[in-house]
Amino acid sequence: MPNVGVLVPLVAIFGGLIWLLVRAIRGREVERRVIFMFIFVAVATPILFPITFQEHATPVVKNLFDRIENLPSGSTILMSFDFDPAMAPEVQPMANALSRHCLAREHKIVFMCLWATGQSLLNTTLEYVIRPDFPHLVDGVDFVNVGYKAGNEGVLNVIVSDFKKMFPTDVNGVPLDGVEIFDKVGSCKDFDLILTVGGGRPGPKEWVLFVGDPADVPIGAGVAAVVAPQLYPYYPRQVIGILGGIKGAAEYESELVKTHPRFENMEKPGLRMMGPQTLAHVVILAFIVIGNIAFFRGRRGKKTE
Amino acid sequence: MEHFALWLSAFLTLGILSFLYKDNPWYKLSEAVFVGISAGFWFVTLFWDNLVGKFWDGWQDEPMLWVGAVLGFLMLLRLVPRIGWISRWPLAFIVGATSGLWLMNYLASNIMVQVQATIQSLLSTSYASGYDAGWGAMINSLVIVVGTFTGLVYFYFSKEHKGAFGGAARVGIFFIMITFGASFGYTVMSRMSLLIGRIDFLLGDWLGLIN
Repeated sequence: MPNVGVLVPLVAIFGGLIWLLVRAIRGREVERRVIFMFIFVAVATPILFPITFQEHATPVVKNLFDRIENLPSGSTILMSFDFDPAMAPEVQPMANALSRHCLAREHKIVFMCLWATGQSLLNTTLEYVIRPDFPHLVDGVDFVNVGYKAGNEGVLNVIVSDFKKMFPTDVNGVPLDGVEIFDKVGSCKDFDLILTVGGGRPGPKEWVLFVGDPADVPIGAGVAAVVAPQLYPYYPRQVIGILGGIKGAAEYESELVKTHPRFENMEKPGLRMMGPQTLAHVVILAFIVIGNIAFFRGRRGKKTE
Repeated sequence: MEHFALWLSAFLTLGILSFLYKDNPWYKLSEAVFVGISAGFWFVTLFWDNLVGKFWDGWQDEPMLWVGAVLGFLMLLRLVPRIGWISRWPLAFIVGATSGLWLMNYLASNIMVQVQATIQSLLSTSYASGYDAGWGAMINSLVIVVGTFTGLVYFYFSKEHKGAFGGAARVGIFFIMITFGASFGYTVMSRMSLLIGRIDFLLGDWLGLIN
């Protein structure tokens, strides 16, 4: 039986769009609050009554997934949380999926932040993803959180040649000289892969310019959709893979579940958000069409006058 | 306490969203709270990380930190109109240091490697999987070359855009328009994600309507 909770709002949305189309053809204007209301209904309906889609990893996402999958177990990965709460809805799902994947492959992760706000969001990943999913992993042995350092590109410029100069201790004040992961890590050159999750400045671009290219370390990026187009020129030579916006996160989650069935029941915010995304995009596209009809009709009306 | 935080978050979220109806005191209050908290957060963070964490805890080992501290103090002289001009010195230092820091990396990564990535063999576009002589890869390479070349032609204004040159510029503008369209599409997706995040919070965390 079709889901009545989904059907009723969908009928309301598409009925309303036809009504607006008829109004546009008759040359009547649409109050902007009506548009906001349509977007709200289009977003809220799939949240309340989830609509999910099948996602397949595109090459730009698959390349990064395969790199993490094919690294030998025990490889050392640096992951930087360079974002704030405003970006979190689309970027945190990437950070969670990437962390899960790395730890499932038994890689060692060094967590850090170039944004002060990234620290609390990193704690969220540690608290609600890593500790419940990997309770046997030990802080300082399997992963380490070195926290935030102010200085933007200045920080990158130092850690590219001497990591401990900028981060002498972890976030709890434990000297990194005694942390097992750092036995074979002196600088960024010693990491097998660097993952940067963010979208502002400093972010993936700065990681490429100040660490990836000078130190010849592969970089993978998870970015807010708004900056993804600026990062594509770096793919595949300077950035081995990009997760662009919530679509990238959904593709990565889908690939993770396919390859590691143990994550079948994990929370999948990326995939869950694709329902509202799709419906909202359909409504926006409809409004673009209606707006153009109204524009051309209005222009023809003026010409005949 | 958690309940209070939840209701406060919902109150401020609805306050910001209320601007969609029209400007109102609830929106103004929420905006002022956001600006004030952001300023306070950054002040405290930078005080403890830079002034205390870097300078105060480290000046004994690294006397060079005094240079930064003095330059930082000179920057504050901007607040004294009579000797405010002194603040241009640290500003000049920042501009010079930032240019020096960025110049080489920018030149290497954004010019040299990017040019190298554009001028590539038709048969070796896939760095991830080695040589790839597929039609898709070749077309990709051609699109990159034609798009870059015609895009540059469009921005060359020393010659009038006429004849073959004008045709190339016309092709360039199509590439540029497609780029703008892709950027706009991604921006819409980004903004929608933020809206979804907030509505998810209101319907799920606050109202408890989501399982």
